[in-house]
Parts: sequence; C-alpha cells; structure tokens
Amino acid sequence: MMLELLISGLLILIKLVLIFGVVLGLAAYLVLAERKILGRMQMRPGPNRTGPFGLIQPLADLIKLLSKEDFMPADADKLVYLFAPGLTALVALLTFAVVPFSPPLHIFGRELPMVVCDLNVGVLYFLAFSSLAVYGVVLGGWASGSKYALIGSIRALSQLVSYELAMGLAIAPVIMAARSFSLTDIVMAQSQLPFILTQPLGFLIFVVCIFAESKRTPFDMPEAENEIVAGFHTEYSGMRFGLFFVGEYINLVILGSMTTVFFLGGWHGPLLPPIVWFAGKALFVAFVFIWVRGSQPRLRYDQLMNIGWKVLLPLGLLNLLVTGAALLWMNG
Amino acid sequence: MEQLLTNIFFYILASAALIATLMSVTRRNPVHAVIYLVMGFFALALIFYLLGAPLIAAWEVIVYAGAIMVLFLFIIMILQLAPQDLPAAAGYGRWLPALLLGGTIAACSVLLIMTDPLASSRLPSFYAAPRAFGQALFTHYALAVEAASLQLLFAAVGAWYIGRPGSRKGAK
Repeated sequence: MMLELLISGLLILIKLVLIFGVVLGLAAYLVLAERKILGRMQMRPGPNRTGPFGLIQPLADLIKLLSKEDFMPADADKLVYLFAPGLTALVALLTFAVVPFSPPLHIFGRELPMVVCDLNVGVLYFLAFSSLAVYGVVLGGWASGSKYALIGSIRALSQLVSYELAMGLAIAPVIMAARSFSLTDIVMAQSQLPFILTQPLGFLIFVVCIFAESKRTPFDMPEAENEIVAGFHTEYSGMRFGLFFVGEYINLVILGSMTTVFFLGGWHGPLLPPIVWFAGKALFVAFVFIWVRGSQPRLRYDQLMNIGWKVLLPLGLLNLLVTGAALLWMNG
Repeated sequence: MEQLLTNIFFYILASAALIATLMSVTRRNPVHAVIYLVMGFFALALIFYLLGAPLIAAWEVIVYAGAIMVLFLFIIMILQLAPQDLPAAAGYGRWLPALLLGGTIAACSVLLIMTDPLASSRLPSFYAAPRAFGQALFTHYALAVEAASLQLLFAAVGAWYIGRPGSRKGAK
C-alpha cells in the first residue's frame, strides 16, 4: 500500500519535472529558432558562434541576462515593478497545466494521464489564465513610471480585452461539437476529423485572436519600437526583462498547443507516435508565428480595434449560431 | 482526512480573501486597490472550486478578475489617477454609508446563523458538473437569467445614451 502510493507519487513528480523542463527548454530554443529563421529571411546567418550551429546560444543569453544590472527607475512603484515580470512568466507556465499532449500512458500497471490536471472546465481554465496574463504586462508598464511604458501598457490592455471576447466565441463551437469543456474530450472528439475541417471559420478567427493575444507582429503595437521605444518593458533590464521574454515564448508554446488541441486534432495522426504528432503540430504553429513576424508589417491601432470588434466578433457570433443550428438539425 | 484538508484550505482562502478586500478598500493608490481586489476574487474563485463548483470558479476569474477589473485598471490608467489627486482625508460622508451597509449585512448574517436551525446543519457535499449546471441555469432559472441579461442590455443602452456622440456639444 505504502509502496503503491510512493510509486504513484514518484511517477507524478517525474511527469511534472519533465513537463516543466520541456516547456522551459522549448521556450529557450524557440528564441534561438526565431533569431535563426528571421536571420535567414533577411539574408543573414543568425547566431551561429556559440557551439555547433549556435545551439548553446540560449545558455549564453541566460548568463548575460543574469549578470546584467537590475535597473529600477526612480519613479517606479517598487513592489509592483519587481513582481510584474515574474507574474507574466508564472501565469504563462500555469496555463500549460491543462494541455493534454498524448493519450494516457500505461506504466507499471497503472494509467498515467499525459496532462498535469485534466480539469472538466479545462477550456475555461485556459481562458481564465489568458485573461490574467494581461496583469503582468500592464502592471509592469504602469509601475515603471515612464510614459512610453504606460502607453504600451494601455495598448496591451485594450488589445487583450478586445480579442479575448472573439477568442472565446471562436472556441465555443468547438466545445459545442465536442460536448465537453475538458481538453482531453475535445481531442478525443477529433479522432476522425480535426475541427479545422468542420470549423474553418472558427479556426481563422481563433488564429487571428491568438496573434493579437501574443502581442506579436502584426499586432505588436504594445511594444512598437519606432513609436514607444519598447512599450511596457522599456525600463526593464537583466533577468526581469528576461522573464517577460521567457513568458512571451512560453505563451507561444501554449498557443501552439491550444491551436493543436482545439482545431488540429491534438495527438491524432497516422504512423508516428502521438507525442510526435502533438509536438510537430504545436511547433508548426509556433513556426507560423515566426514566419508572419518575418514577413508582415504592423497594423495601425484603429485597424486592430476595427478588426476585433467589427469583423471578428460578429463573425464569431454568426459561426456560433450556424454551428448551433447545424448540431440541432443533425441530432434531429 | 479529506474533510480536514478541505477545512484548512477553506480557512486559508477565506482569510486571504478577507485580508485582500480589506487592503483594497484601505489603499490610497487606486492601482494597488485593484491588485488587492483581484487577489480577493482569485481567493473567492478557489473557495467556489473547493465547494464543488468549478464552473463558477472559472467564471469568477474570467469575468471579474479578467474582464471587469481589467476595465477598472484601464480607466485608472487613462485618467492617470495618482494618489495625490484624491481628497486628502476621507470624511464621514465617504465611509459612513459603506460602514452602515456593511454593518447591517454582517449583523443580519450573524442573526440568521444564530437563529436558523438549518444554518448549523452540515451541507451535503455537492458537485456541480458543467453540464448539470448549464441545464439548471437555462431551464429552472431561465427567467432569472433572461431578466438579468435584459438589465445589462438596459445599462448598455443607457451608457450609450449618456456617452453618445454630440451629447457634449448639446451641453455646451
């Protein structure tokens, strides 16, 4: 009995440490991948001096960030300024808790679900944490006591609030089709056909929304370099800046995983093991993020607001209505 | 064992919620007040989860902490409210109504708990699965839900009427 409990506990611990390590490692190497891919798109090699093909570059960056001066502006709100970057990274990491990346594993005669916590309100958990993600950015910018950081914060705030609504509406038909809030059930419902084929409009709305949620090109007004220096993280330096940065790339991993779970069929796929399919799909979405950053210009602020409220929101509502009618009709 | 653990979590969360809301009403800096209030909502959401209502817990965070408080923060930042812009000391007129209202509610709840025999009996442990919760909301409580949503619609129309373009010019 005691031994059973010990083995179960140990398995869960190993799983947690593995997931934590893999997510952080992926975030670090996405930074390198982004620099390399952007470099290639701009006809330059990108970082290639540290280790073979520049593979140790993330470690070198980490050492650099840790050894830099931790600067604090005179007008800063000290406590809030200190905890905001940590909040960003923490919220991003916690979101990963509900991502199911593989079917349950059978090991030592027991079933080990390949997700940290299979909540029956998993979709809402994801929405809740993506709405909390705004606090780290906004409070960091506000606490810096600088006008550029404040403008960046206000932009981030209104952008995230506007697109959250459309994102929720884009996911709602998926929940209706899968008849569950649980992410595992949503993946299970796509064993025949991924939802991208049955919900193409929802998929398009979702993708535009996650680009806005990630505050990346073409929606990177909160940190538009040519207007407001670096936006909300203008005053940050050293590892505190690094935490904002890491948070952004963890977010990239999560948004890739969520797109995979909601629309690309999760771990389902022929021949290859499920985990490879999942990782491949999620990383492909992350690659698209980088690709778009290398090839698209930045939108204007009024364009961003118009798309969010006047295009995506009505389209999302329409999609919801049509899906509801279709489900009713199909089930007699 | 599990009951004990639940009780311990409940008291930790309840005191966190109380302390956070107390801090939020006593802060001079409006942004700090918002941060404490968000913490309070978060603790409240976890209490709902503990009571067996994961759906309400999630909505508490999405709607209150994630949307309403974010809009509060937005207004505060747009207006650039610094602590020195607020009146120096809160007079009777500011805190007396709140104190009266809070005191009345607290007194009523204590009275209710003391006199109602049902209040001291144990609640059966309950788990509101999302599906059952949704069904109850849109069948048994459908009228209440519709009434509440109509009220929100009226409020939205009213806000639009007050803030409609051209209303400023008319005032001048």
